[in-house]
Amino acid sequence: MDVELEDHYDIMDVSLIAGKIMLENGAETYRVEDTMIRIALAYGIRESHSFVTPTGIMFSVETDEPTKTKLIRISNRTTDLYKVSAVNAISRRISAGELTTVQAYHELKAIQKAPMFFSFWIQILAAASTSGSFVILLKGSFDNVLPAMIAGGLAYFIVLKVADIVPTMFFSEFIAALVSGAASYFFYRIGFGGDLDRIIIGALIPLVPGLLITNAVRDLMAGHFISGLAKGAEALLTALAIGTGIAVIMTLI
Amino acid sequence: MTILTNMLFSFLAAASFGIMFNVPKKLLVKCGTVGMAGWMVYYFLSENSVDPLASTVAASFTIAVIGHVYARLYKTPVIIFTIAGIIPLVPGGIAYRAMRAFVQNDYDNAMSLAAKAFMISGSIALGLILSDVFYQLLLRKKVPIGK
Repeated sequence: MDVELEDHYDIMDVSLIAGKIMLENGAETYRVEDTMIRIALAYGIRESHSFVTPTGIMFSVETDEPTKTKLIRISNRTTDLYKVSAVNAISRRISAGELTTVQAYHELKAIQKAPMFFSFWIQILAAASTSGSFVILLKGSFDNVLPAMIAGGLAYFIVLKVADIVPTMFFSEFIAALVSGAASYFFYRIGFGGDLDRIIIGALIPLVPGLLITNAVRDLMAGHFISGLAKGAEALLTALAIGTGIAVIMTLI
Repeated sequence: MTILTNMLFSFLAAASFGIMFNVPKKLLVKCGTVGMAGWMVYYFLSENSVDPLASTVAASFTIAVIGHVYARLYKTPVIIFTIAGIIPLVPGGIAYRAMRAFVQNDYDNAMSLAAKAFMISGSIALGLILSDVFYQLLLRKKVPIGK
């Protein structure tokens, strides 16, 4: 009996850690809940309930014994879609009966500790390349691509660095928009790129909360109103922070 | 030539956004193609003077449909493809002009531009929703939990 009890807690731990990794790295609420319930089911718990919000997960399992419930707090969220898809793959293997609880737990722990696949500087370079491409998509000329790339890379660099130093939300986006707007204006003034508007738009694109918008819509459509509204509000405030940052620059010009 | 540069740069924009979100390496090219397909739909429609809202819905619908197909083929969550894919459609230019009008106390223009940006964001969302519905109705036999 005791062994079985321990088993149930093991299963809950595996489900919870899978849910935690997914939620912390940018999965939709629906996917987190679904994955947790499927993992529990694969290990023989027929009835389980998971309640996921952007800041915490509650999970309870119904067995012959009294209901067991666990709560896990989610404090910091980043975006690492590799981890989301890796946990997804593990959940598929669990459903296929290929992993025991102990194996699954260790594999999930390994995923949780995995570093970002792309190094910091490659991400900055990617941000720069997004910015440069946007200038062309907005029908800008090629001489504006390089200044937009520099300002966009700078914006993303600042967003990542300031978020490490100052934990206040939205502050990093504000500072990043401010600095990259100033940089764009500087380039424009010294004659490095002639189209200020397109340089600034390109430079700000890496800051756009694309993931939040997509997930907010998907959550709302799946009926997860708390998560959907929370993510929608976060996206709106992020956009507002970027707008305020650039507005400061515009008033100074 | 313009078509080619548009294809190239929409691909680049979407794939680079994938790198920023640490999309698995082997899926980056697919992210890029999803973004490119969506942008080309938008580009052709808006060049042929279709309403920008309708073009955006069509483009984001295309993105999400291809995303769902890829998600099924490569057994990964669909958001990996849709997030990168919608990036070229983001109404950055209009939002920026709205902000500039606000700062210049030109509230009439600012409000209409802001409303436009908001409507385009809504169209992106609508396209994603439509394709989810489409996918559930036509392609997927939902596997019930507890089967």
